[in-house]
Amino acid sequence: MGSITLSKVSKVFGAHAVIPSIDLDINNGEFVVFVGPSGCGKSTLLRLIAGLEDVSDGDIVIDGKNATELPPAQRGLSMVFQSYALYPHMSVRSNIAFPLKMAGEDKAVIDKKVTDAARVLNLTDYLDRKPRQLSGGQRQRVAIGRAIVRQPKAFLFDEPLSNLDAALRVNMRLEISQLHQDLKTTMIYVTHDQVEAMTMADKIVVLNRGRIEQVGSPLDLYHKPDNLFVAGFIGSPRMNIVSGPAAAAYQAHTMGIRPEHLALSKESGTWQGTVGVAEHLGSDTFLHVNVDGGVGTVTARVSGDFAVTHGDRVFLTPDPQRVHRFDEKGLAVR
Amino acid sequence: MARNVSTQRKIVVTVVAWTIGILIFFPILWTFLTSFKTEAEAIASPPSLFFFDWTTENYHEVQSRSNYFLHFMNSVVVSFGSTLIGLIIAIPSAWAMAFSPTKRTKDVLMWMLSTKMMPSVGVLVPMYLMFRNTGLLDTRTGLVIVLTLINLPIIIWMLYTYFKEIPGEILEAARMDGASLSKEIIYVLTPMAIPGIASTLLLNIILAWNEAFWTLNLSAAKAAPLTAFIASYSSPEGLFYAKLSAASTMAIAPILILGWFSQKQLVRGLTFGAVK
Repeated sequence: MGSITLSKVSKVFGAHAVIPSIDLDINNGEFVVFVGPSGCGKSTLLRLIAGLEDVSDGDIVIDGKNATELPPAQRGLSMVFQSYALYPHMSVRSNIAFPLKMAGEDKAVIDKKVTDAARVLNLTDYLDRKPRQLSGGQRQRVAIGRAIVRQPKAFLFDEPLSNLDAALRVNMRLEISQLHQDLKTTMIYVTHDQVEAMTMADKIVVLNRGRIEQVGSPLDLYHKPDNLFVAGFIGSPRMNIVSGPAAAAYQAHTMGIRPEHLALSKESGTWQGTVGVAEHLGSDTFLHVNVDGGVGTVTARVSGDFAVTHGDRVFLTPDPQRVHRFDEKGLAVR
Repeated sequence: MARNVSTQRKIVVTVVAWTIGILIFFPILWTFLTSFKTEAEAIASPPSLFFFDWTTENYHEVQSRSNYFLHFMNSVVVSFGSTLIGLIIAIPSAWAMAFSPTKRTKDVLMWMLSTKMMPSVGVLVPMYLMFRNTGLLDTRTGLVIVLTLINLPIIIWMLYTYFKEIPGEILEAARMDGASLSKEIIYVLTPMAIPGIASTLLLNIILAWNEAFWTLNLSAAKAAPLTAFIASYSSPEGLFYAKLSAASTMAIAPILILGWFSQKQLVRGLTFGAVK
C-alpha cells in the first residue's frame, strides 16, 4: 500500500549537489525517521519525495509506480509542515475538509470524515474556530487532521514538533506514535532531534551532507554505529570519542564509549581524572570528568545516588564489551 | 512584561501627541470654518475662530457658479478608473515578482520606483504635446491613463510587499492537498491577498483623488476633476478665501469620509511588512 523506493535520487542547486545520490527502500507501514544536523539535506529529500522539488536525477517509485514526474497531488501523499501551513482564512472544519473538497468528494462523505478525524484528534469543540484562535498543539493537530482525512499512502512530516514547547513536544510525540499504530500507514518523519528519532522510528536514516551514513533500527544504530558520525550523533549524552594511546590500548585508531558504559569508582580503574561539572538529574548524574593522560574530557552517566561533586578524584573504567572501535577513516572495526 | 511608564511621562507624551495632532488637523479645520464666513471676515485681522456670523452663502455661491456635480463625477471616474486599471495590471505583475522572482526582480522594482523620483514638470511639455496630438487633452480617458501610469509603481510595490508576506508553505500545502493552479488561486491565494488588495485600492483612490499637477495641466472644463474646481477659485482677480474654502471643503469631504470609514485598512496598508 505505501512502499517507497528511491533509486540514485540526486538534487543539485546550481553547482551545489545538496543530495549527491541516494538509494533507499521504505516498506509499507514503516515509521521512518530522517535525522541529521541542519543542512544535511533531510528536508530536501522529503520534499523530493513529496514532489515539491524536482529531482535532478534518479527515480522515485511509490507503490511500484514511477512517481518521479508526477505532481505532488497525484502521489497520494500527505504532508505536515513545520509551520503547520494552515489556511488562515478557513475554519478548522474547512481546513480539514480542504483536500477532500479538492478531490471532489461528496458533501456527506466529507462531513463524516471530518467529524471522524476531529474526534480522533480531540478537535470536535474547535471545528468552527479559525487557526489563529488555536494553540500551537491544536494547530499541529489540525494539520495532522488535514493529512489523515485523505487516507494517503504515506504521511510526510517535516519537523512537525519544532515549534512546540518541550512538554507539548513529548505529548505530540506520543500522539503521533499512537496514530501510526492505529493507522498502520507509512510515515516519513524529518527531525534534527535524535531523541525524537530514537523514540518514534522503526527505521532511522542518518543523513550527513546529503549522504546516508547509516540505515537501521534505533537500537542497531545505538549498539552498532557504522562510523564515527553516527556514533556521535545517536545517543544522548553523546558517545565519548577518544583517540591516541588510550584508543590504541583497545586496538583502535579511535575508540568510542557511551557515558552509560563507563563504570565509576573512587578506588581504582583504567582512567583517573577530576570531576569538572556534575549535572544531577535525580535519576542519573552526568559527570564531566577531565581524565589525565591526554584522554580529555569524558562524560559518564552514573546512578543519581552517587555522591560526587566538582573537584573529586574518580576512576572510570570502560566496559570492554561496549567499546566501539574505529579505524583511521572513522569506520567501525568489528 | 510591560514597561513602567511614569505619570509625568504619560502627561508629556499626551500633550505632545495632541499638539502635533491639532497642528496637522488645523488647516483643515481652518478651511472648514472659513467656508462659513463672509469674504470680509475671512481676511479680517485678527481673525476670529468661532465667533462670527455663520453663513452658508459661500456654498450657494459656489454651487451657482460652478457645476460641482460634474467635477465630482470626473474625480470619481478618474480616481476609481485609474486605480482599477492599475490593479488589473499590477496584480499579475506583483504576483509574478513575489512568487517566481528572478535575478532581475529587485532591479525591475527599483527601476519602477525610480520613475517616481523624477520631477513631473520635467516631462510636462512632451506629455502635453502627446495628449494634444492624440486628442486626449481635457478628456476623462486621458486623465485615467496618466493617473494609472503615475500610480502604477506604487500599486505594484504595495501589492508586491503584501504578496511576499504570504508564506510559501501554505501554497505548497494546497498543492499537496490536491489543488490545481486555478483552485489554489481561487481558494487559497485570493482570500489571503484580498486585505492587501483592498488597502492598496483605498490608498490609490485617495492618491488619485488628490493628484493635482497632471489633472490641472491636462484638463480644462469638460474633464476637470475637483482639484481644478478648487483651483478655479484662486483667480488672478484676487483670492476669495471664503469661497475657496467652501470649494475645498466640498472637494475633500467625500474622500475624508471614505478615509474615515476605511482607517483600519489604510493603516494596515501603510504599515505593510512592518511587523511579522
